[in-house]
Amino acid sequence: MFSRAYRAAVTVPPLIWVTVFLLVPYLLMFFYSFWSVSGSQAIIHSWNFENYRELLTIDVYWQTLLRSMWIAARVMLFSLLLGYPLAYFLSFYAGNRKDLFYQLVIIPLWVSYLVRAYAWKTILGSDGVLNTLLEYVHLTKHPLDFLLYSPFAVVLTLTHIYTPFTFLPIYASLEHIPRNLVEASHDLGASPLQTFWRVVFPLSIPGVLAGATFAFVLSLGDFLAPLLLGGPSGIMLSNIVVSLFGAAYNWPLGAAISLCMLVLVVSLLFVSERLEKKWSFS
Amino acid sequence: MPRLTSSNELTPVATAASPLLRIRNVAKSFGRSVVLRDVSLDVAEGEFLTILGESGSGKTTLLRIIAGFENATSGAVWMADQRLDSLPPYKRRVNTVFQNYALFPHLTVEQNVAYGLRVARRPEKEVSSRVEEALARVKMTAHAKAKPSKISGGQQQRVALARALVNRPQLLLLDEPLSALDANLRRQMQVELKSLQREVGISFVFVTHDQEEAMVMSDRIALLRTGELEQVATPQEIYRRPATAYTAQFIGHTNLLHSEVRGGIVRCSSLCWKAQLPDGPALFSLRPENIGIVASAAPVTDGSVRVRGRVRHHAFHGATELLQVECADGLVFSVRTASRADNQSAVELDFHPADAIVVRESVDRT
Repeated sequence: MFSRAYRAAVTVPPLIWVTVFLLVPYLLMFFYSFWSVSGSQAIIHSWNFENYRELLTIDVYWQTLLRSMWIAARVMLFSLLLGYPLAYFLSFYAGNRKDLFYQLVIIPLWVSYLVRAYAWKTILGSDGVLNTLLEYVHLTKHPLDFLLYSPFAVVLTLTHIYTPFTFLPIYASLEHIPRNLVEASHDLGASPLQTFWRVVFPLSIPGVLAGATFAFVLSLGDFLAPLLLGGPSGIMLSNIVVSLFGAAYNWPLGAAISLCMLVLVVSLLFVSERLEKKWSFS
Repeated sequence: MPRLTSSNELTPVATAASPLLRIRNVAKSFGRSVVLRDVSLDVAEGEFLTILGESGSGKTTLLRIIAGFENATSGAVWMADQRLDSLPPYKRRVNTVFQNYALFPHLTVEQNVAYGLRVARRPEKEVSSRVEEALARVKMTAHAKAKPSKISGGQQQRVALARALVNRPQLLLLDEPLSALDANLRRQMQVELKSLQREVGISFVFVTHDQEEAMVMSDRIALLRTGELEQVATPQEIYRRPATAYTAQFIGHTNLLHSEVRGGIVRCSSLCWKAQLPDGPALFSLRPENIGIVASAAPVTDGSVRVRGRVRHHAFHGATELLQVECADGLVFSVRTASRADNQSAVELDFHPADAIVVRESVDRT
């Protein structure tokens, strides 16, 4: 067996890392969420539930939370609708071009998130590529203004950014399906469509759940896309947190919102993991 | 093979003489590698036919062509009077028991067996009664609600069998279904499978690399070598009258005697015997059990061939021993004997010329 010194050498650094950069900040956030800010913008270190009361009673927080979830849900749906067929095609029909296509899907991940968000800004803006093109071919007379600075732009950008994250676990789960199960299904008289719904899809559910969770959770917490492309109608909860920690200078309320989001996300991850376990058979 | 065009020709003629499955001149290549060269084979109604061959002989490919998972490069497969190879696998009345069973892991034993009936949209009442019957037949009723991962290999094997048979196929294909089982269970399943086949009366095409398994179970054996059929015959015939040197060696042990015939006399090193054969080289197969060890003083019975040798090696096989006996001129015989013989002991071998079977030299196709 390994010596005590060796075990300490491999376990202590990560433990320190996790403590300093995760546990301590979370604890601080937890404490802050029960404190408050005075009129002179000093933190008052006395315990109260004022921040949580505010969250529950002021509509704008609720509305923003619901909007964020609605945006995240659409991103999840669209990246599943794009990612699943792509993964299915790659896994079952790409033959020896599999690796090439796989790389093509992965390449966007090498480009900075910021660059991709700005790219959409260039495409969707009123003088942007898309509007110019539409006017040029006389489909529209005036630039379409719902394209940019709208929830639409946020959903589009986030879908573009997170589809590879949805694709990857789905692809992995499809690759794990033994091909003789597909043959067995055909052999027993099931058409390709029946085979898909009765064998392939059920066995890919863990991947779908993992992919959906990625897309939803990452979108829910996103703040750059709404900041750059969302406009006033595309504000998400993270933007509020950012402003509370910044210009608005209300760290305790920001911490309370963050903590609520953390609880929401952790419960989602928990549920998704339970479901994935339930649907995996290997 | 004529193409079926007029409706007259399509009327099925279900006579005992017309085979259920007809494979005609089937060839298959994957890119540059030729897997099947020119295979023609019939399977009769209710027959247990084994496709026997070493790995790489093309036996699994042939089975996959019948099932529809591969398309033949050329040739045709007919079932009754229908061209089978133009149908996708899910439209063929053929079911397969896969090598690793290929049970659906997300479905219970019961749901696995019901799969074929459910996709065919049979009424639920019929599904449950047929599934129950099929599970009872393979003695798996007690495990109906279990997931495949919770039952043993032998039990999975039975479920795979029930899942295929419940659809009442005209033909059942079995791709080395016993190879994953340990020796005892394997022997037991061989007997079960054979009696099951007798019971249901469905034609079985069974693929294996195990010649003993093929001998025990089959009505006929089709021996495949490097993509061509070496011989198709009953187990008795293929053992007693092998057509080629390869068959003789692959099915059981044998001694191959390269000889020269001249004027009705066969000469093999110092041995010679009479045979009605044309002049020229000849190859004989002589089974080890057809060679006896006799006392050197014993009188030579009519026509039998005698040769003196020394035991170089002996292997104990339980009821018998397999000896390697080297004769004075370097010829080595495998001899199966019930009596003991020590290494280096001198023995007198004796065989009857009628037991030496003329076989064709197997051509090297690689």
